[in-house]
Amino acid sequence: MTTTAIDPRSREDHDAAGERRFDELIAQDSRIEPRDWMPADYRKSLTRQISQHAHSEIIGMQPEANWITRAPSLKRKAVLMAKVQDEAGHGLYLYSAAETLGTPRDQMTEDLIAGKARYSSIFNYPVLTWADIGAIGWLVDGAAICNQVPLCRASYGPYGRAMVRICKEESFHQRQGFEILLELANGTEAQKQMAQDAVNRWYAPSLMMFGPPDEDSPNSQKSMEWNIKRFSNDELRSRFVGMMVEQIKVLGLDLPDQDVRFDEETGRWQHGPLDWNEFKEVLAGRGPCNAQRMERRREAHEDGAWVREAAAAYAEKQVLKTAQAA
Amino acid sequence: MSEANASATRITPGNALRPEDIALLEAKPSDAVGQYALWLGDDALILAQRLGWWISRAPELEEDVALANIALDQIGHARSFLTYAGRAWDKTEDDLAYFRREPEFRSVHLVEQPNGDFARTIARQFVVALYQWELYSRLVDSSDPTLAAIAAKAVKEVDYHRDHSIQWILRLGQGTEESRRRMIAGLKLTWPYVEELFTDHPLVDELGDAGVRPSSLRAPFDAAVQAVLAEADLDVPQVPGSVGGGRLGRHSEHLGYILAELQVLAREYPGASW
Repeated sequence: MTTTAIDPRSREDHDAAGERRFDELIAQDSRIEPRDWMPADYRKSLTRQISQHAHSEIIGMQPEANWITRAPSLKRKAVLMAKVQDEAGHGLYLYSAAETLGTPRDQMTEDLIAGKARYSSIFNYPVLTWADIGAIGWLVDGAAICNQVPLCRASYGPYGRAMVRICKEESFHQRQGFEILLELANGTEAQKQMAQDAVNRWYAPSLMMFGPPDEDSPNSQKSMEWNIKRFSNDELRSRFVGMMVEQIKVLGLDLPDQDVRFDEETGRWQHGPLDWNEFKEVLAGRGPCNAQRMERRREAHEDGAWVREAAAAYAEKQVLKTAQAA
Repeated sequence: MSEANASATRITPGNALRPEDIALLEAKPSDAVGQYALWLGDDALILAQRLGWWISRAPELEEDVALANIALDQIGHARSFLTYAGRAWDKTEDDLAYFRREPEFRSVHLVEQPNGDFARTIARQFVVALYQWELYSRLVDSSDPTLAAIAAKAVKEVDYHRDHSIQWILRLGQGTEESRRRMIAGLKLTWPYVEELFTDHPLVDELGDAGVRPSSLRAPFDAAVQAVLAEADLDVPQVPGSVGGGRLGRHSEHLGYILAELQVLAREYPGASW
């Protein structure tokens, strides 16, 4: 048996049998595994999607961590800490899933720090009040779940399996967010206003998390052919609006959108116009917190360099010691 | 078996002990036991508050997870101890955490110390974890069944904190020149606050078998510290001990800022529930 490491990319050379097998697996809606042959574009597109998803989890820790030290009760503080910790865990599974496609985690981290990689734009908005922690859980995690549940069936095995676990934890986060808002909505007048204000600010950005309208989303088609993406951006967005319409009633708050209605003809929920110009601006780095989020990630990475070097040097010395003792 | 014993037994072996359970206990601690629970609860609370800062700033993702875990355990211990303490005076954990003033806190200066760099945080973690492990592994035999039950859960968790900090002391002590330099500096900055942990106060005499005499923990603590530092080829810092005073409500200059951040929102909306 040979244990030589194989660069997975070398297997992309003309491999007619591999390609046939890949097409078959996709046609059967079955799973592609790391050692299977796959088209270079499939690998590239997945690496981009999974690493962006991982980066989003990691950057997404920052806005919520911002409230850990100020959480208004010890129970809420514990819940919030656990949530941000889950996000670090999600980042870890996703980086591991992306690594199975041949890009090491260090490289992905470098790309993020260098500003070459993207992460979800939503995390470039500021988290101004405690109610924002509720709104993020309810709306942002809610939108993420709508996006991610279908990804549990993504054709790439390691991604799909990572998403199963992530979605379970995200559902928990969404309920916790809802509970925060519910408590505020049933609290004092000032608390209720805080909750409504947070919903007002996070509603549109969370709707835009599904990406541009279908007619402006040219990359989606290929992703759907490969059984990575299962539903279009607009389809998922409409589903999300439908969920929120019901849940906001329980909260006793209002969605900041007069145009929400169910369209019998298309069978979809409609919403008011979204400011796609703002979306593009934030994506281009001109959001309220882009610079801050990047600086913080860079700082943590650079400040931690000596620790990682020490751990590596120590591990190496231990290996030498064991070898010498043998 | 007394009612207090019965309740504590229900929540001890194998069952999760939650602050919510403690709040429902029949048992009310004496004023002395309540004060003692404040010592332990405040240490855990302020440490958790300090550690919480690291989440999203750690040197490696795995360490974000690890430090968050330790902070979560500490906040859990704080909630249990404070809930129990509050039973003495009809206060909730949140009344005690959010609406006491600085001199009413009973935390030691050690947990109030700044995070500094990762080595300084690890030095503080090393001292706290070894101390808490020695303490809780004796508190499980407390004559107060609730304190014993809280300690029984906490000691298992603190055992991991101990392991975590020891592994890092070894890595940083013997990793690179820079990590060694920083580890030595971190230990030196931390060591003045060690002595306070083992100072006896009159309260200890009032507690009888309910509490653990701090001075009795010094020898096993020193032995454990020596063993680890020797393996890491590090010395126990020879620095003068700071005078302390946390158990009497005389704190470091850091605590005011820590509480300002911890309490700001709750105090902005007094009487609100969250």
